[in-house]
Amino acid sequence: MCGLCGVLGGDTHWSESASAPDVFANRRATVTHRHERLRRAALANTVLDHYGMSLRDWQGASYVLATRTGRTRVIDNLAALWPVANDLAGRVCDPLDPTLIAALQGARRR
Amino acid sequence: MDGPDAPIPVNIITGFLGSGKTTLLQRLLASPRLSNTAVLINEFGEVGLDHLLLRRIDGETRVLESGCVCCTIRDDLGAAVRDLYSKRTRGDVPAFDRIVIETTGLADPAPIIFTMMADPVLKYHVRLGNVVTTVDAVNAPLHLAANPESVKQVAVADRLVLTKTDLCDQADVAAVRAALRDINPAAALYDTSQTFDPVELIASDLHDPDRKAAEVAHWLEHEGAPTNASRHDHDIYSFCLTFDEPLDWTAFGLWLSMLLHAHGEKVLRVKGLLNVADLAAPVVIHGVQHLVHPPVHLDAWPSDDRRSRIVFIVRGLERGAIERSLAAFNGMADRPSKAA
Repeated sequence: MCGLCGVLGGDTHWSESASAPDVFANRRATVTHRHERLRRAALANTVLDHYGMSLRDWQGASYVLATRTGRTRVIDNLAALWPVANDLAGRVCDPLDPTLIAALQGARRR
Repeated sequence: MDGPDAPIPVNIITGFLGSGKTTLLQRLLASPRLSNTAVLINEFGEVGLDHLLLRRIDGETRVLESGCVCCTIRDDLGAAVRDLYSKRTRGDVPAFDRIVIETTGLADPAPIIFTMMADPVLKYHVRLGNVVTTVDAVNAPLHLAANPESVKQVAVADRLVLTKTDLCDQADVAAVRAALRDINPAAALYDTSQTFDPVELIASDLHDPDRKAAEVAHWLEHEGAPTNASRHDHDIYSFCLTFDEPLDWTAFGLWLSMLLHAHGEKVLRVKGLLNVADLAAPVVIHGVQHLVHPPVHLDAWPSDDRRSRIVFIVRGLERGAIERSLAAFNGMADRPSKAA
């Protein structure tokens, strides 16, 4: 459980600080479990926007993935995000897709 | 984590038919330092093994729904390891401190690795140690050209052991070495005609606090060396990406998880030393196909070079696309993003 947020931990993905507490113990700035999840969802939204989807944290324990037409799915972590995103998008969410890369680069310039 | 409850390392010994896996296993088990090792083998070969904790495993596999070939659960193997661990806990077998699995010559090692890392019970009790691949120098050119399994066995290795070099001339051995380097430059290469302590193959890995810096340094030793996939009949090759700017860990996690979900079958290995924004110590990542180990850190940078360096072994993916993609993901972390 995160001592600051009071959130019980679930199945931990390798990208979460909780998977390797000793690695992330010496961060220069304090990052809570909740803050980490909110930032992950915010960055994911920059990518998911390309596919007409968005992600939000739910109670510090799950994420809700939604399409613009209102379809929603609850997922636990990043390992579950991409198969569900592919399913809702009806196509493979591919980080090597030149149009996605161009969209991310374009968003950066804006 | 050390102590009796620390995850037990599981080493995999793989290699094509007749490449000397069991002979190597014999050498390993002869070492007093490995006397507390449990061994699982697929088949009893011609080379006799006399070891207290020796089990045979059968070959039942179960492909996960929507899974790829690497995401296959080896039910037999999972059950064998769980059974061994359970007997160890009850005191029915000696308290072994390591498990070694010898695969069949035709085995794709990825499902074995997946079983160890993804099994809901095993993942708390065991951890993956070094994957050791034996390569028969006499037949390697033929095997690598004709058998995709043998290329994959080389690609996922942490240690490559070249056997039967005394039966080849030096030019042929040099050509085999070059071929192995092209596929997997990050793996340490040993030659059985030369003297080495076989225990080094498995006892020293990224979880060894005294050796992990040297292990990472070896990964990056060949970072600048170009590899030449075109001289082989397969399209597996390796490259090392370097990034001058620190990487945003959250963006990196999004990117790598997305890449491995979309292309995990084509990303045979990824290993890297990362300069993560907000962290003073370098972060080490490594993964096999869809699976990524929890990161570890080094106490200090191995040199003045503070760039992030990531070694990829891929099948058919374009280096430039991977580089542009990671740069784009890392770039999005620099600006305000949409609210979650």
